[in-house]
Amino acid sequence: MSSSVSTTPAGRPARPAGRGRRRRLTFDRVSFFAVFLGVPLIIFLVFVVSPFVQAIYYSLTDWGGFSATMNFIGFDNYVKLFQDDTFVRSMRNSIILGLVVPFVTIVLALALATVVTIGGSGTGAVRGLTRSNLYRVVSFFPYAVPAIVIGIIWAQIYDPGSGILNAVLTHLGFDGAKNYAWLGDSRTAMAASIFVIVWSFVGFYMVLFIAGIRGIDPEIFESARLDGASRVRTAVSIVVPLIRDNIQTAYIYVGIAALDSFVYMAALNPDGGPQLSTLVMSQDLYTTAFTKGQFGYATAMGVMLAVVTLAFAAVVFIVNALTGGREKGGRR
Amino acid sequence: MTQTAVTEPTDTPNSAPRPRRRSNDRSIGFDVVAHIILILWSLLVVLPLLWVFVSSFKTTKEALGNPLTWPHSLHWQNYATAWNDSGVGPAFINTIIVVGFSLVIVMVLGAMCSYVLARFKFFGNRAIYYLMLAGLTFPIFLAIVPLFSILKNVGLLNTLTGLIITYVAFALPFTVFFLHAFFKRLPFDVYEAAQVDGAGEWRTFFQVMLPMARPGLASVAIFNFLGLWNQFLLPTVLKPDNSVLTQAMAQFQSQAGYAVNFGALFAAVVITVAPVLVVYIIFQRQLRGSVVAGAVK
Repeated sequence: MSSSVSTTPAGRPARPAGRGRRRRLTFDRVSFFAVFLGVPLIIFLVFVVSPFVQAIYYSLTDWGGFSATMNFIGFDNYVKLFQDDTFVRSMRNSIILGLVVPFVTIVLALALATVVTIGGSGTGAVRGLTRSNLYRVVSFFPYAVPAIVIGIIWAQIYDPGSGILNAVLTHLGFDGAKNYAWLGDSRTAMAASIFVIVWSFVGFYMVLFIAGIRGIDPEIFESARLDGASRVRTAVSIVVPLIRDNIQTAYIYVGIAALDSFVYMAALNPDGGPQLSTLVMSQDLYTTAFTKGQFGYATAMGVMLAVVTLAFAAVVFIVNALTGGREKGGRR
Repeated sequence: MTQTAVTEPTDTPNSAPRPRRRSNDRSIGFDVVAHIILILWSLLVVLPLLWVFVSSFKTTKEALGNPLTWPHSLHWQNYATAWNDSGVGPAFINTIIVVGFSLVIVMVLGAMCSYVLARFKFFGNRAIYYLMLAGLTFPIFLAIVPLFSILKNVGLLNTLTGLIITYVAFALPFTVFFLHAFFKRLPFDVYEAAQVDGAGEWRTFFQVMLPMARPGLASVAIFNFLGLWNQFLLPTVLKPDNSVLTQAMAQFQSQAGYAVNFGALFAAVVITVAPVLVVYIIFQRQLRGSVVAGAVK
């Protein structure tokens, strides 16, 4: 986090704008603050903050959404949530996504980023692979494709009859793959969906980690090499600890996105998959609010989703701290 | 902590001349494995997109047949069908309008807000900044139901204006967060000089500070463009009549099961993806390195 005393690039303490003398409240300054701070802040408060606050209140009511009447019913919605098999199921699925997707994504992205940056020649200076830029640019592609379209593309790829996956597998001699419905079988629907989500995330975080690794002082790599560290050893003992903060932030971002997953699931399995095996909290919330018209109950689901999300972020922070993450401000 | 934009002057972490030694066999083996991994990954990324592109020229009959074959002839008809009959065309234009306006507004407001937060000391400065950060972490899903009724109450539900305002509001925290770091790094002497020369706050910002923050603005604009172009939940809830590209795509897919025009579905995917990929490829240099400044806090 930025400290409260800002510093200029040269490292001198920045001078507060109004140092020395009090600035007069000229029209220029008053209008400046009103527009520069006031306008963005009002938009943010009305359209972002106030809905979040209202949601907590609505979750304690039986509001249907389209009528003006609503009754305060306390925690009834929350009690109902945990007796609702569909919701419990969706919560379980979301938590599975929150556990699996960030882990797989980050490990894969980190491995690829490491190979690109320090996977080059084993002798001489530590360097990246040749043509690594091409890999970097290509890997980022999925980030530029709308998530709904990624879902549509993979739904076609997984299609039992006309999808390319089964065609390739059959071509390679896996006859069992003929007409196999990857998304239509509760044994594989979740795994197939997780694969799609990971596919769409990895490239972005790979690029992020590459930038992080390039920011490490090259002399550190040099001394490691002179000490005889192998590339794998360099990756584990130098790269990972030094970009630890990047990894933590990335882990939280991926986790939040995975706990949502609405778009992917809506495109891959609009009805929640075979035996609801891929239904996630956000999908259940959406149906409850906009199809069934139970707004109060749906916002209670939203609050639960937020609770799970915050709990997830807290766990990541705690684990990072317990495993030796540097203390705040301890950098450099 | 200090936020540093990483520039990449060279491809290697170290550009010092390195001693020419013959690499041993083990190292060659590693190189080969590393390249194979990266090539496999790149294929995994590119092949699905390529397959979609090829399939977009197939007739429905071909698309439902053997997926590994090439199209018999280039069936351009699919693009016309996707554009005209499935609502992709109008949705495409709406998306450009909505994303264009949102992008300009959020960049201006975000730059203003982050400038004030980064360079002026006043009561509540930190509180506002952290409030914005919190806006980044909460799931939009929690806000979506009340947001629906807020827009309904002010009469902006189902309007492009309502969508633009919401886009701006939800892209604001990221923009402010990212640009905060950039404005913080600009030298204070320049500000002082402008003040001494008699420029007011407005003038100082637009003529001095804003041009200096250009690299930061470019990266944020690209990220915002990608993010807004890909937005799905907000338009689905706040603009239910399929007027935005991502919605039109979802609608198209759910119809496709019955109406079965798969060639056109693939063509619609290409129409949606191609502009963004082109924008990315053109501007990807801007993204190099600057990624880290925004995503690390």
